[in-house]
Amino acid sequence: MEATERNLQLFPKKDARLYMSFMYVTFTSLLVGGLMGLLQTFVRSGRFTLPFNINYYTILTVHGVILGLVLTTFFIIGFQFALMGKTVGISDKQRMVGWISFWMMLVGTVMAAVTILVGQANVLYTFYAPLAAHPAFYFGLAFVIIGSWISAFTNFRQLYVWKKAHKGEKSPLLAFMVVINMLMWVIASLGVAIAVVVQFIPWSLGMTDTINVLVSRTLFWYFGHPLVYFWLLPAYMAWYAIIPKIIGGKLFSDSLARLAFILLLMFSIPVGFHHQLTEPGIDPTWKFIQVVLTMMVVIPSLMTAFSIFATFEITGRRKGFSSLFGWFKKLPWGDVRFLAPFIGMVAFIPGGIGGIINASHQMNALIHNTIWVTGHFHLTVATTVILTYFGIAYWLVPHLTGRRLTPQLNKLGIIQSIIWTVGMLIMSTSMHIEGLLGGPRRSAFSNYAGGAQVDTWIGYQLAQAIGGTILFVGILLMTYIFIKLAFFAPKGVEEFPIAEEDTDAQKTPKILENWYLWVGITIALIAFAYTIPMIDIIKHSPPGSVPFKFPIGRS
Amino acid sequence: MHLHKYEKIWLAFGMASLVVFLLVIGFAAFWKGTHPQSSLDMIDQNNIEAYDNFKPENLGLQEVADGKYKVNIVASTFNYDFGVDKDEKPVKTIRIPQGSTVLFTITTKDVVHGFQVAGTNVNMMVEPGHISRYETVMKKKGEYTIVCNEYCGIGHHQMFGKVEVY
Repeated sequence: MEATERNLQLFPKKDARLYMSFMYVTFTSLLVGGLMGLLQTFVRSGRFTLPFNINYYTILTVHGVILGLVLTTFFIIGFQFALMGKTVGISDKQRMVGWISFWMMLVGTVMAAVTILVGQANVLYTFYAPLAAHPAFYFGLAFVIIGSWISAFTNFRQLYVWKKAHKGEKSPLLAFMVVINMLMWVIASLGVAIAVVVQFIPWSLGMTDTINVLVSRTLFWYFGHPLVYFWLLPAYMAWYAIIPKIIGGKLFSDSLARLAFILLLMFSIPVGFHHQLTEPGIDPTWKFIQVVLTMMVVIPSLMTAFSIFATFEITGRRKGFSSLFGWFKKLPWGDVRFLAPFIGMVAFIPGGIGGIINASHQMNALIHNTIWVTGHFHLTVATTVILTYFGIAYWLVPHLTGRRLTPQLNKLGIIQSIIWTVGMLIMSTSMHIEGLLGGPRRSAFSNYAGGAQVDTWIGYQLAQAIGGTILFVGILLMTYIFIKLAFFAPKGVEEFPIAEEDTDAQKTPKILENWYLWVGITIALIAFAYTIPMIDIIKHSPPGSVPFKFPIGRS
Repeated sequence: MHLHKYEKIWLAFGMASLVVFLLVIGFAAFWKGTHPQSSLDMIDQNNIEAYDNFKPENLGLQEVADGKYKVNIVASTFNYDFGVDKDEKPVKTIRIPQGSTVLFTITTKDVVHGFQVAGTNVNMMVEPGHISRYETVMKKKGEYTIVCNEYCGIGHHQMFGKVEVY
């Protein structure tokens, strides 16, 4: 009973305010970044040019930075703070540090965004050297990263304090998951932080003459792949520990959920080379080793898929549906808190298959840097992850503002989910096909040298504009729902749905909480996968590169 | 920790498929030589002409033996240099007989570029200080667009060429 009460107990106002601040930035980013995405699809259709001399690559950079880095990071940190607050609590001091983290990230975001918008950082969100943006861009990124670390260490502290007060008890599942995700984030973002602080900032300020391009790219991708798991793990948190409650069931297995998260921690980082498969200067044997490590992620993914569908079936059968698929029909399809994440789960099947193709040593050559890749991550992050985040927001936002998700807003949410699905189906599918036909990603409209091949691409680009338009309607609707939930929905108590374990659940083995062991293995795997190739890359370095400003329109 | 019987079957099947899958791509890579482009050769990007392939007279298509060709390319913002034709005009289209073996060798004078013969496996990152190369057999007739598929600046989409297999 205690847990149910806790689910219905609203946060103190001062806690809720912190968590909501992250949500405001999230949904503002959605609108801004989404508008950029819409404009991109218009430009690439070849029937529209941007007004006021705005450069295509400026809006492309805004789109990537605002949605890929800002929206995700703010939502994740806000959501995780709420999870920690609910499960292990937050002290006054921790809350204050949380605010410092929020403001630091926000200042960094604004710095980076302004630099991009005035055309001084047309470098896309990967900012590959030796394209040189204005130093303010790199400083902004550094602030976002360091701000996020402050949150991470606050989360670690929250669990530590709780553990000390609850000797011998196992940590709450969701708090455990948050700590895993933040551990992964800190270990991974060290790479990009080193690149930004040690390489890019001094180089862009003219304090160093040249930059080692391959080292900077390798550090970026050491971070770049765990970044996508950093987006995904909060969605997994909801799938494992929230969705079962929404459908009226119990946790499938506490231990299995923890084991899956540990495996994701271990196999998310030593894998960055699969983004660099077609690059010169990296030994192909090491590329292959990291491909193998990449594929290990199949194991926790299969575990997750099994757990989720087992939860669905067990819950249905407990409710008395005995036919083979009767339980499936009786899932709460009319509840957007379930439907939106469910569509996300389904999208993860083609999304995951596409990922296996991308990371395959050889198949990668056909699709590398084609718009297939864009189609892939619009299925994974922009469908699986974002629909789950929306699914969370439908109850989290009203829980934080002391309002309710009304049946009418629920219905709008369902319409939103359907609009999103249709728009993405059109856009992502046409991106995948165009990519297989060789159409490049990250390019403004071009006829290239003309000819039949280019003509086939343009048809798909038109389809992407149609899909993009539908998606933007979805974004407008989502923004409307968010504003309603934040300011106008009727007052009341919306449940914070955390699932419980069965009373007869098996005990979780203690070893799953042995942080030294799991972090130790993670670091050992990273050391194994990166030490030798990194020494090779540094030892066999060509002359460094001076900053190039003119290619991105800086004089 | 308890694993349900069905879950054990599911995971065993999944892991077995994974092992088979990795063996297949490993076999293809190490025994059949289908590694992705991973040239370890270096160059001084400020003096690329010191390297034989990238001397102006060696750029573009050359027949090295019967049915064997090489194509040397220099990438720079926002252009591929395939050398010049008889009238001293820059070459934009490479014409290769069907079934030939072609070795593409490319480097960059400035920033990072991409090089893809669209719709084929000829797909390489081109990075300053490094040489990228990929050998392939052009089996199918047709016109293939060469695109720069790594963002290289605001003229990125104007960087292209063409391969014609006849």
